[in-house]
Amino acid sequence: MGCNCGNNGGCSSNSRRDFLSTGLLATLAAAGCSTDNNPFVPDEKPALTGEKVRLLSMDGEVIEMDRAFLKPVPDLPRVSNAEERKGIAGKKFVMVIDLARCKNLKKCQTACNHAHQLNPGQNWIKVLSMEDNENSSKFWQPTTCMHCDEPPCVKVCPVDATFQRQDGIVLIDSDRCIGCRFCMAACPYSVRVFNWEENTTIEPVVAEQHYSCETSLPQKVGTVSKCDFCPDMARKGELPHCVSACPNGVFFFGDLNEDTVTNGAETFRFSELIKDKAGYRLLEDLGTKPSVYYLPPVNRNFPYENGLETQAETDSLNSTK
Amino acid sequence: MLVVICIIGAYAYYRQLRYGLVVTAMRDYVSWGIYISNFVFFVAISLVGSLITAILRLSNVKWSTPLTRIAEIIAVSAIVMASLIIIVDMGSPEKFYNLFLYGRIQSPIMWDVIVITTYFFISCILLYLPLLPDLKILIRHKDKTGSGLNKLYRFQGSFWKGTKEQFKISNKSINILCILIIPVAFSIHTVTSWLFATTYRPGWDSTNFGAYFISGAFLVGAGGVVVAMYVFRRYYKLEKYITELHFDMMAKVTVLLALVYLYFNVNEYLVPAFKMKKSEEAHLSNLFSGEFSLMFWFAILVGMIFPIIILLFKKGRKPLPAFITGIMVVVGAWFKRYLFVTPTLLHPFMPMEDVPLSYKHYFPSWEEWAIAMGSLAACLLIITFFARIYPIIPIEETIMEQNEELEHAHEEV
Repeated sequence: MGCNCGNNGGCSSNSRRDFLSTGLLATLAAAGCSTDNNPFVPDEKPALTGEKVRLLSMDGEVIEMDRAFLKPVPDLPRVSNAEERKGIAGKKFVMVIDLARCKNLKKCQTACNHAHQLNPGQNWIKVLSMEDNENSSKFWQPTTCMHCDEPPCVKVCPVDATFQRQDGIVLIDSDRCIGCRFCMAACPYSVRVFNWEENTTIEPVVAEQHYSCETSLPQKVGTVSKCDFCPDMARKGELPHCVSACPNGVFFFGDLNEDTVTNGAETFRFSELIKDKAGYRLLEDLGTKPSVYYLPPVNRNFPYENGLETQAETDSLNSTK
Repeated sequence: MLVVICIIGAYAYYRQLRYGLVVTAMRDYVSWGIYISNFVFFVAISLVGSLITAILRLSNVKWSTPLTRIAEIIAVSAIVMASLIIIVDMGSPEKFYNLFLYGRIQSPIMWDVIVITTYFFISCILLYLPLLPDLKILIRHKDKTGSGLNKLYRFQGSFWKGTKEQFKISNKSINILCILIIPVAFSIHTVTSWLFATTYRPGWDSTNFGAYFISGAFLVGAGGVVVAMYVFRRYYKLEKYITELHFDMMAKVTVLLALVYLYFNVNEYLVPAFKMKKSEEAHLSNLFSGEFSLMFWFAILVGMIFPIIILLFKKGRKPLPAFITGIMVVVGAWFKRYLFVTPTLLHPFMPMEDVPLSYKHYFPSWEEWAIAMGSLAACLLIITFFARIYPIIPIEETIMEQNEELEHAHEEV
């Protein structure tokens, strides 16, 4: 997802390579003059194996290094609640959903439900069957949280439990949510989901963790939840789960400031894509200014009927609940 | 009886705390149910305190004096139950304190917290101040009230000597509070209506809602007072103080309020129905002829139109028929509050899909009914307790009133 040092302006590939090698040297040097109480210093000097491995750096550069330096890296350190509330500086996340490509496979939903360990029956992404007028044909519309720039939910929250960050993402702090559900009434897109009962799908390890606004885990009974645009993935430079799970490349995710959106396989200039394909937002006249754009279902890859089978399956599943 | 209903309600609430709000029938679409309806109902009925005590007092209406205490006690108990039921509705009531730690003034819920608290305290003082002279009378009649109650009366009112100075301060305070309580009363119900009107949803997205709710609130409050008048009159043999004149006058007030409320209903339903915007259409046709039509027409006919017709006749304003109409008004008003909340939530902008079947309908679970009925019973219980302990007719004021009337009569003679 773009170049990390892009904000500072031009970074030629040479200078980057230089930077990387000095970085490595510095690490080695630090290892050489290790003191006992430095936790960042490896316990023992790695014996060079002579076997080189080619790696892809965070900046998308291919680098070579000795296998001895390869170590399992722990996950990124958890950011503080204050940091989670602030968001990622310089970013403005957007999503583009290409309705011409959707055939209601619901892979996005499955991946999302799995990643966020939602209770059975709860869906953050709903694939709705829509019809603009009776002469038009039906189409499938995956519906996520719109992450509005004028979020009605944030306006009405009495305790600042749902908030908007500088990168445009609207999140929920479950530790603060009192469960009044005013935000659910306020959301015109009906994307908010309530934890009516104790979550049963959640892994015990996760359940013990402290709640994180960015992973939205662990879900707590009596609080509201919703699609969070996977900011934890964005921090890692990865795409949201729905985007990478969709085999048809329906979802594009990106940064408005960089003016790029990608579905993993294809990357577009956001502004050109929206202009060329007449992208629109849902319920534009309400003035909520969503961050999710839709490309109209024209020149479709699949007929509407292809999605009916999946629909029948979910319907029969839902009717038993 | 009331205690039993309260206990069942408490047990249901225990279950809700233990298993979560899943014990209710509320789901993601109908995320507010009869708890919120009940909340609106309580806030509505509590407005009557300001109507009878303040508005009629300030407009120099004399006949309402014996009714002030009934009205004020209904107001206080209803507002207490309104605050409790809103906590019951919360998914995480244990985090209630967040309202004070992180409260944000931009949220209509915070406005509600502020005005309801203010209203509660003003109502309490308005209940207490006129009670002071009566407490003095009660303390004097220790032999009749018993020593336990006497201690309570002494604790609350022994500083009251009934001097001119004290009466002056008290009367002045009451007058100031009577003026203060009117904007606060308007606020509590306006803000409550804004909980709905500040959203985009069809049926709620209305600029009319504040006035609409207030007029409805005065109506149900007046109905409630008529019912309470009849019950207390029968039970405590107060025929001398709550006379047929009182029923006649209250019934006239009720007719006026019902007409005003009907006017607002015409606005609220017929204007959108004339246009039939797509988003409103499903909602409105559901009310007029669909799933909720029975309840809708019940609320309109029994809650407004029949009472207007009955009370227009002199015979209809006699105590018993007035009492029955009062019940009609109150019951109709409760269902009207139900209709404020649920049907709108069942007609969101996006189609209701990809959710379990139970999300698409709403009928309250037994726990919800038990808690809602328990809260109504608790409200009545507070009123009953109060009536047991304190005089339900303001003795001092009524005596003064009657003396004045006598003087007038003498002068005229």
